[in-house]
Amino acid sequence: MELTVLGQSQTEISAGGCASSGCGSNDDQLNHLPEHIRAKVHNHPCYSEEAHHHYARMHVAVAPACNIQCHYCNRKYDCSNESRPGVVSELLTPDQAVKKVMTVAANIPQMTVLGIAGPGDPLANPERTFDTFRQLTEKAPDIKLCVSTNGLALPELVDELCQHNIDHVTMTINCVDPDIGAQIYPWIFWKNRRVYGRKGAEILIKQQQKGLQMLVDRGILVKVNSVMIPGVNDKHLEEVSKAVKAKGAFLHNVMPLIAEAEHGTFYGVMGQRGPTHDELQELQDACSGDMNMMRHCRQCRADAVGMLGEDRGDEFTMDKIEAVDVDYAAAMVKRAEVHAAIEATLAAKQQKKNETFISLSSLSIPKKESRPVLMAIATSGGGIINQHFGHAREFLIYEANAHDVRFISHRKTDLYCSGDDTCGDGESVLQKTINALKGCEVVLCSKIGYEPWGMLEEAGIMPNGEHALEAIEDAVAAVYKEMGEKGLLDKKPETKQRATA
Amino acid sequence: MALQIVDGCVNCWACEPLCPSKAIYAAIPHFLIDAKKCTECDGDYADKQCASICPVEQVIVDSQGAALNPPGSLTGIPPERWERVKAEIQAR
Ligand code: SF4
Ligand code: SF4
Ligand code: SF4
Repeated sequence: MELTVLGQSQTEISAGGCASSGCGSNDDQLNHLPEHIRAKVHNHPCYSEEAHHHYARMHVAVAPACNIQCHYCNRKYDCSNESRPGVVSELLTPDQAVKKVMTVAANIPQMTVLGIAGPGDPLANPERTFDTFRQLTEKAPDIKLCVSTNGLALPELVDELCQHNIDHVTMTINCVDPDIGAQIYPWIFWKNRRVYGRKGAEILIKQQQKGLQMLVDRGILVKVNSVMIPGVNDKHLEEVSKAVKAKGAFLHNVMPLIAEAEHGTFYGVMGQRGPTHDELQELQDACSGDMNMMRHCRQCRADAVGMLGEDRGDEFTMDKIEAVDVDYAAAMVKRAEVHAAIEATLAAKQQKKNETFISLSSLSIPKKESRPVLMAIATSGGGIINQHFGHAREFLIYEANAHDVRFISHRKTDLYCSGDDTCGDGESVLQKTINALKGCEVVLCSKIGYEPWGMLEEAGIMPNGEHALEAIEDAVAAVYKEMGEKGLLDKKPETKQRATA
Repeated sequence: MALQIVDGCVNCWACEPLCPSKAIYAAIPHFLIDAKKCTECDGDYADKQCASICPVEQVIVDSQGAALNPPGSLTGIPPERWERVKAEIQAR
C-alpha cells in the first residue's frame, strides 16, 4: 500500500493555515474551537474523538417511518435511512424508550448522550420523537439529546426541536447536485405525494440546505454525515464538504457505503461496491482541508447502547428492564461523580500529551526522509492499549509522522478467536483480520498468540505487545521513535501491495 | 371502494398517521385497513396516502388485488434481477 496519499494531505493541511482543520497538531481537532463550543462537545462520543474513548451514548429506536428512500437502505427487513446497519431488534414506544434510557443511564454512568436515529427518520415521526424528548428533558436533565435526520422535514420542525436539551443535530447529506441525488434517492414523500428522481432530489437538497442554515442560525452544532458511494458521489463529496462548511456545519463525517446483496438494498442487489480503505482515507483527507473530519464513527445501529464500537444492547432489552425500578436522583449523583473522574483523567492526559509532543517534535530524524507510518491498535476503550489481539473486533488506526500522532479511522474485523476451543476455522478469519490491517506496519495490543504473530510478521506487520496498558498516542509515538532510531523510516516499507477492492 | 394491506407489511407506522379517514390501524401480524372507513382518499388527496408513503412494494392492494406499488416501482431494482440475486444468496 502506498503512503503517499497521507504525505500529500499533510502538505495540503499545513498549506491551509490555522483556519483549516488541524493546525499542525491535528491530534485534537477541538483545540481551536471557542470555549462554548468545546463545552458542548467535549463529552459527546460522536463529536469528540477524545471523548469517544471514555463516554458512551445510546440510541432508542422509536422512529420507524421514513419520508424518503435511499438506495443504500432497505426497509423491508429492519429499516434504516440514517444509520446502516439499521438493524433494530425492538421498536419502542416513547414511554418504553424513556424507561430504557433511564435504566441505562443508571447502569452505565458514562452514558452522556441519547440519540434518536431512526430506524426511519426521526423527523418523519415527529410525535414519537418529540414525546420521547419532552419526557427526557424533564426527567433526565443531565442527558444530552441528539437527533439525526435526512433533513426533508427539518425546516418545519426546527423550532420545536430547539426547545429540547439539544446541542447537536446530525444530517445526512450525500450531495448538493440533484443529478447525483437522483442516483441516490429514487423518491421522496413531499406534500402528500411521492416525488421521483431528480425532482425529488432537488426538493430534498433544498430542504437540507435550508434546515442546515436554520440550525446554524440557532447556534446548534451540525454534523454532516455523507455516505461515500464509488462512482456516484465520491468525486462530488469534496464539493459537499465545502458547501456545508460554508453554511457553518461543524463536522463532516464521510462514511463508507455498506452494500451486501443480502441486505436487499438497491446498491447491494445491483452490485454497487463500497469504497476501499485507501479510497475512504484519501477522500477524508481531501475533505479535511476544509473542515473537521470525524473519523471514529462506527455507523452504529439505531438501537446501539454503550461505548462506540461496543454494543451492550442485549443487556437492556425491554423484558429485562420493564420490572426495574430506577432511582434517578441517586443515579444522577453517581453519574456526576463518574463524569468528574473522567474529566480529571482527560485533563491529566492532555497535560502529558503536550509533553509528549515536545519530545516528539525534537526527534533527530530529518523530517523529509521520515515517512508516516500507520499503526493498528487493539483497545476496548479508555484510550489505552488494553486488548488481546485475538479478542479485537475492530482496530483503531493511527498515523505517526515526524510532527504528530493522529487518529485516522477504525477497521472492523471478524472475531477469530473467542477464547475457547471454537477456533475451528480460525485461520481463514485470521487471514481476514490481516487483510483488514493492510497498509499498517505495526499492530499494538496487550497480548498476542504465537500463531498470529508469525502470520502478521509474514504479512509485513510488526506485532508489538510491549506497550500494554499505555496511552495509545504515547505508545504510537514511542514506537515511531524506535523505528526512526533503527533506520526503518528512511526506506519504504517492504510490503507495497496495493489494497484492492 | 377500499384498499387493503396484505402480508409483507413491515409495521413501519408510516401510513397510519397519514390516512385522512383514520382507516388504518396497527394489528398483528401487520397493519390493517378498515374497509368500512377507507375512502381511497377520495375528496381529500389526489394520491392514496397510504400507498404514497409505504416503502414496501406489493403490500397495499386495491379491491381487485392489484398492487399499488408493483415490484420494482419503489426500489428501482428490476424484479428479475432481485429474483436472480435471491437465488444466488440461497445457493450459498
Ligand atoms: S452513528 Fe455515528 S454519529 Fe451516530 S452515534 Fe454512532 S458513531 Fe455517533
Ligand atoms: S387509501 Fe386513503 S383512506 Fe384508504 S386507507 Fe389509504 S390513506 Fe386511508
Ligand atoms: S407503510 Fe406499508 S409497510 Fe409501513 S405499516 Fe403501512 S402498510 Fe405496512
